[in-house]
Amino acid sequence: MLDRRGFMLSGGVLALTQTDATAAVDAGPDKSSAAAQTSAAAEPLYALTAGEAEVLTAVVDAFIPADDLSPSGSDCGVVVFIDRQLAGSYGAGARLYQDGPFQPSNGQVQFGPQSPLAPLQFIQLGIAELDAWSTANSGTPVKQLPKPELNALLQQLESGKIALPRIDARAFFGALLQLAMEGFFADPIYGGNRDKASWRMIGYPGLPATYAKAIRQYRGRRYQAEPRSIADFL
Amino acid sequence: MVQVLKSTDAVIVGLGWTGAIMARELTRAGLQVVALERGPDRNPAEDFALPAIRDELRYSVRQELMQDPKMETVTLRHRLDGEARPVRRFGSFLPGDGVGGMGTHWNGNTFRFLPSDHRLRSHLGERYGRASIPEDMTIQDWGVTYEELEPHYSRFEALCGVSGKAGNIAGKIQAGGNPFEGPRSGEYPNAPLVASHANELFRRAAGEIGLHPFPAPASNASAPYVNPEGTQLGACQYCGHCDRFGCEANAKATPLSTLAPSLRQASGFRKVTNAYATRVLYDAKTRRATGVRYIDLRSGETYDQPADIVVLSAWVFGNTRLMLLSGIGEPYDARTGKGVVGKNYCYQIQPTVQAFFKDEELNPFMGAGGLGMVVDDFNGDNFDHAKLGFFGGGYISQNSTNGRPISFRPTPPGTPAWGAAWKRETANWYRRTATMLCEGTNYPNRTNALDLDPTYRDMFGQPLLRMTFNFTQNDRTMADFLLGKAADIGRAMNATIVAPQPRKGDFNVVSYQSSHNTGGTIMGHTPADSVVNRYLQSWDAHNVFVLGSSVFPQNAGYNPTAAAAAVTYWCADALVKQYLKAPAPLVQL
Ligand SMILES: Cc1cc2nc3c(=O)[nH]c(=O)nc-3n(C[C@H](O)[C@H](O)[C@H](O)COP(=O)(O)OP(=O)(O)OC[C@H]3O[C@@H](n4cnc5c(N)ncnc54)[C@H](O)[C@@H]3O)c2cc1C
Ligand code: SF4
Repeated sequence: MLDRRGFMLSGGVLALTQTDATAAVDAGPDKSSAAAQTSAAAEPLYALTAGEAEVLTAVVDAFIPADDLSPSGSDCGVVVFIDRQLAGSYGAGARLYQDGPFQPSNGQVQFGPQSPLAPLQFIQLGIAELDAWSTANSGTPVKQLPKPELNALLQQLESGKIALPRIDARAFFGALLQLAMEGFFADPIYGGNRDKASWRMIGYPGLPATYAKAIRQYRGRRYQAEPRSIADFL
Repeated sequence: MVQVLKSTDAVIVGLGWTGAIMARELTRAGLQVVALERGPDRNPAEDFALPAIRDELRYSVRQELMQDPKMETVTLRHRLDGEARPVRRFGSFLPGDGVGGMGTHWNGNTFRFLPSDHRLRSHLGERYGRASIPEDMTIQDWGVTYEELEPHYSRFEALCGVSGKAGNIAGKIQAGGNPFEGPRSGEYPNAPLVASHANELFRRAAGEIGLHPFPAPASNASAPYVNPEGTQLGACQYCGHCDRFGCEANAKATPLSTLAPSLRQASGFRKVTNAYATRVLYDAKTRRATGVRYIDLRSGETYDQPADIVVLSAWVFGNTRLMLLSGIGEPYDARTGKGVVGKNYCYQIQPTVQAFFKDEELNPFMGAGGLGMVVDDFNGDNFDHAKLGFFGGGYISQNSTNGRPISFRPTPPGTPAWGAAWKRETANWYRRTATMLCEGTNYPNRTNALDLDPTYRDMFGQPLLRMTFNFTQNDRTMADFLLGKAADIGRAMNATIVAPQPRKGDFNVVSYQSSHNTGGTIMGHTPADSVVNRYLQSWDAHNVFVLGSSVFPQNAGYNPTAAAAAVTYWCADALVKQYLKAPAPLVQL
């Protein structure tokens, strides 16, 4: 019998959650394989709307494109990761001082983000603003932008060349990139880094990390091991 | 309504390294001690067990063991006329929380400061002339010398089972150790940790260009070890999950691993967790503290804990803020230079050099908190500053602490932060990069200081601490100098690419540098120049003692904990041997 986790990982949830989200994600641009579509759609969304997840899928796959080194970010579960993080305590602003008064950061990144929004609302607003900007300036929403245009848009966002009306565009970009990288490189227990793809890519062995002998034995030699996640020890 | 508790001999605020050491010394002397700690208690066997403790996202990125800024944070402005903003999420430094404090999730580098660091103004004056010290650089002598502190440094090293190699035993230089260090009374308790490949590359290169490399002293036991308290430490597993985590192998010395077992058995000891101290109860007329007020964070109720002796060990921000909130000592005014509480706040400046090797396998995930190879040739005043245009310096080290991939993903300069090229370079260099860290001094400046924020509040409505801080020209010139030297070592290592990463622009609270903040309640010779005397006793209330790096008049180019612990033992010694017999000011003016 499959337990709940095995069930979810096997794609069993797919049939149950076949919604607009699935259809919409399937319609997204630049999907490389059928398998990719399945894994991207196989998880329910907890915090984001289907439309928001589509924008994130496009962005995350620009950050982490599929190639011979790894599957794309969304195929590695990075959108799932971000959705779960935003649905949990982090998204609600845990460990974030949220008292006012709030002052605009005016490009002074040294103070860190000063938004009154918790991360979930911050990312949601940012996605909406970015999509609106794209539609207004190129007539195309983010999810339909061809790859080169999307890359160019993200580069402008990163370098502060785009101002979004209600949100600090660079802080939004920074938060998005940080979340995507967390999802790609964190332990797979959080829904990203599926099949430890990023760990394989760089040669990080994960756990158990006891190297009392190895540190001498492998001095100057590559230490290779099947990477192991926290879940592999349960 | 405030509930008044039964009086005790001593109340301690904060149960990190310094609080735990003081609690141990006072209970050893037979005192009844109550320790208030705002965070939770921790049980290493459960809380730091495999596999969950090896979770980079939870502990390192989301900072589970650290202070929650929702409850209390600090605000920052870069200059006196600037507007302060709250640090909404900690980044540059990571204050601790819970029994063990920051000592739970520190790395374990256990350096002694140089003899000259302890008497900096005198030393620089003697060597370069008093006029050479810039007017705004408000450095001063500690009031206690390295020689006086030496036995206390040794005690802390024995407590922690420090792994290292002595460089100077009683004035005799020892091969393989640090020839610049102050004379030590003996060797380290444990042999150095096993050097990583990157450590070895650094050692060879630094030696070739005439520097003096030595293994970093580390509170990560290289072998099983029983300390003088009778507690057992395990051997380090080089797991690469030291800083920001608890130690699964019980090899990292922490207050929990070294002192908690003795404290548990001490009949006079009681700890109260989730207890947030809000005031030292201070009677300005008699110039004595009568106890500490705290809020029980679970019930929300307020208690007064009366005590004969009050010890503040709430780290730099907590100590300074409690003094200011309680009205003990004159607050420092940076515009006039008058007052002392909040003065000489210092940090550190830590630029790095990345050395990329196309043909080396460095296995960056194997590492230990204090696993490093170091040169001290450019620290403190170990080199001639006559024509350099700055004072200070720092150690340069190749640290093999961790290769945890959310945070450690070096790529050569010019690589984009995302996309296909980023991926290729990340995959290419992850296993082949060694980082060199410059642990730069920070000397005080008249305008770098702490006071109470006029606007922002903690969760109980009390003013947050406001930091006015920026790096000075002295810091920047010094950091560039160190960076150049570190790059020289990188080139001597035959790195394919040597990439210096300077710290530019205004001080930034987002990217981690170090948790080596100092100052605010500094020690010195008179009430006009300091908050506490050479025994860490408040000039304004002789039964208040203040512990930790908040008493350092300036910061050194080292990690601060051994020095903070040494002055704590020094203070405890005076408290037990002198103060208990005759409670009065220990320094008469
Ligand atoms: C990631 C990291 C790595 C580090 N690595 C090193 C290293 O390698 N070498 C080194 O020398 N140093 C290192 N440090 C610094 C080191 O941890 C500190 O210098 C040391 O622990 C400070 O000891 P302390 O007793 O002064 O403060 P802490 O250990 O922080 O203890 C202070 C305690 O006071 C409590 N407290 C504060 N305010 C209140 C209040 N109002 N009421 C009740 N309780 C309160 C806090 O919760 C805390 O538990 C590192 C720090 C960090 C964060
Ligand atoms: S590196 Fe060593 S001391 Fe640090 S947590 Fe791992 S086993 Fe413990």
